[in-house]
Amino acid sequence: MSASNLHMYVMIAPLLTAFFVNLLGRRSRAWLAPLALGSLAFSSLASLVVLGRVVRSGGYRYTVGNWTPPFGIELVVDHLSALMLVLISLVALAATLSALKSAEQELPGREHLFFTLYLILIAGLMGLVLTADAFNLYVLLEITSITTYGLIAMGKGRAPLASFNYIIMGSIGACFYLLGVGYLYLMTGTLNMADIARILPDISGGAAVATALAFMLVGLWVKMALFPLHGWLPSAYSLAPTGAALLVAPLMTKVTIYLMVRVMFSIFSVDYLFLQNPLVQSGIVWAAAIGIVCASALALAQRNLKRMLTYIIVAEVGYMVGGVWLANSTGMTGALLHIVNDALMTLCLFLAAAAIYYRLGSLDFDRLQGIYRKMPVTMAAFTVGAFSMIGVPPTAGFFSKWYLILGGIESGHWEYVAALLFSSLVNAVLFFRIIEIGYFFKSGEHHGHELREEAPLLMQVPLLISAVALIVIGLGSGPLVDSVIRMALPGGF
Amino acid sequence: MDMVLAVIVAKYNYWVYVVLMMIGFYAMIGKRNLVKKLIGMNIFQTAIILMFVSAGVKHGAKIPILDKYEVLKHGVDATGVVNPLPHVLMLTAIVVAVSITGVALAILLRIYREYGTLEEDEILEKLGK
Repeated sequence: MSASNLHMYVMIAPLLTAFFVNLLGRRSRAWLAPLALGSLAFSSLASLVVLGRVVRSGGYRYTVGNWTPPFGIELVVDHLSALMLVLISLVALAATLSALKSAEQELPGREHLFFTLYLILIAGLMGLVLTADAFNLYVLLEITSITTYGLIAMGKGRAPLASFNYIIMGSIGACFYLLGVGYLYLMTGTLNMADIARILPDISGGAAVATALAFMLVGLWVKMALFPLHGWLPSAYSLAPTGAALLVAPLMTKVTIYLMVRVMFSIFSVDYLFLQNPLVQSGIVWAAAIGIVCASALALAQRNLKRMLTYIIVAEVGYMVGGVWLANSTGMTGALLHIVNDALMTLCLFLAAAAIYYRLGSLDFDRLQGIYRKMPVTMAAFTVGAFSMIGVPPTAGFFSKWYLILGGIESGHWEYVAALLFSSLVNAVLFFRIIEIGYFFKSGEHHGHELREEAPLLMQVPLLISAVALIVIGLGSGPLVDSVIRMALPGGF
Repeated sequence: MDMVLAVIVAKYNYWVYVVLMMIGFYAMIGKRNLVKKLIGMNIFQTAIILMFVSAGVKHGAKIPILDKYEVLKHGVDATGVVNPLPHVLMLTAIVVAVSITGVALAILLRIYREYGTLEEDEILEKLGK
């Protein structure tokens, strides 16, 4: 294992383990925990080493199998992709701890199948953030999507139907992306992102290139559920098995936003995207602002905790898309920081939801009465996650939102600033409603004393770690921005 | 009218793919039967595959299987062989399409067992009760 291809081992560990999980997990479920946790712990450590090396000595490019680019597939390990690698492996590790318990409860006898798909999905996500090849990106996008379809369809009741709708929408998105890649290939004759970027300024045929960009962006927007293309997300994520939602909800949309950033700035240039077409740029910020407002309003109408959280995810996608398209470095910094923070707060809230679901078997609001007395530790962590989602300092959510709002003011997009503030207010209403129900309302079944009944330790540990991480990252967001995010800003910012 | 016809005939392969794609798109969005939606998805993917493959065509060119010694001696005459890259890419895209169809059919099977129908209206009606 040489040092220069450590990032390959980060990705390959969960991929290879997936097959062993299937083979050995079939015989005995005792194999599942050590295999899954071991491979992800290895990935987490190795990805931290990769990030450390990138911060010390800068990013690098890696050619797979010595097929030199632009013919072979190239991987890119820069500040942004190394950061995403760390984020994916740590979130996956925390989610797996909790998923082991909830899969035991919800999918008895099918756990080895569940964790096979689960680990392949993690490997696919890691591949997505590493690749620097436009077609390779499509293939990995479909690997992650197909495993997600399978994971979601393992849920109860209407889950297969939600999964089928996701398949239809997800395929439209992926096909649009592929079509965009096809147009670029016809125009430039290459699929390597850096090579396309080198050739693009010299060729004529602006309409075809603009169409390619439009197809790729719309394809990715469908995949990341930007309002109004979000229709598939709430049902799919809320009906999925708890363990699957734990992994998919924090990571899928955030990685897709990373892909949008990658496509925008590795293939196209700041000059082409923002300066030549200012109308398109402000149009997209407006669309993101409207999306934030509508998704927040829809979240208000939900009567189930998990469904409410899925609408918040849709609103958060609007935050980040808007932040990227604000076209200034403050907004971009905010969007990249928010990718990290949003993944962690979504993880924290979904872990809390998983712990509650494990004990109560339901997440409807009327079942949550008296929950603070029943599960005080879980709800304390939930409250930290909720404060971060609202944007209360010193939690992480405040700092990225601060950058986003400053970016919006700097570029004069007041509609975006207003949408952010509105969404924060709605989040405050949403979460204080839950706190009110859970803290002040007594459940009707027990009079006088409530039974304290916490979730198992395996679900509490990752939840507490993610809640602490929210505060630590919030307090440490200065160094994080200076040493990683600023370096990760694409050229031209 | 002649102008329009000339434009269509000159790039007829792209028009075929656009028409196929729209048929597939309509089936995915407009049809209420889940299997028809799936078939629409397949037509949609096939349209894109056809676009890529037709982009590799060169008139009068041979298949891209070359004699090694000939190539080492004289080099490759790029105009004499069809561009093989789109075909190779589409082999991967076909694999992706087949696996998505497989997953979707398995899910349809579960839906049918659960509701006894694959008509979206009837499923929604059963859910409403």
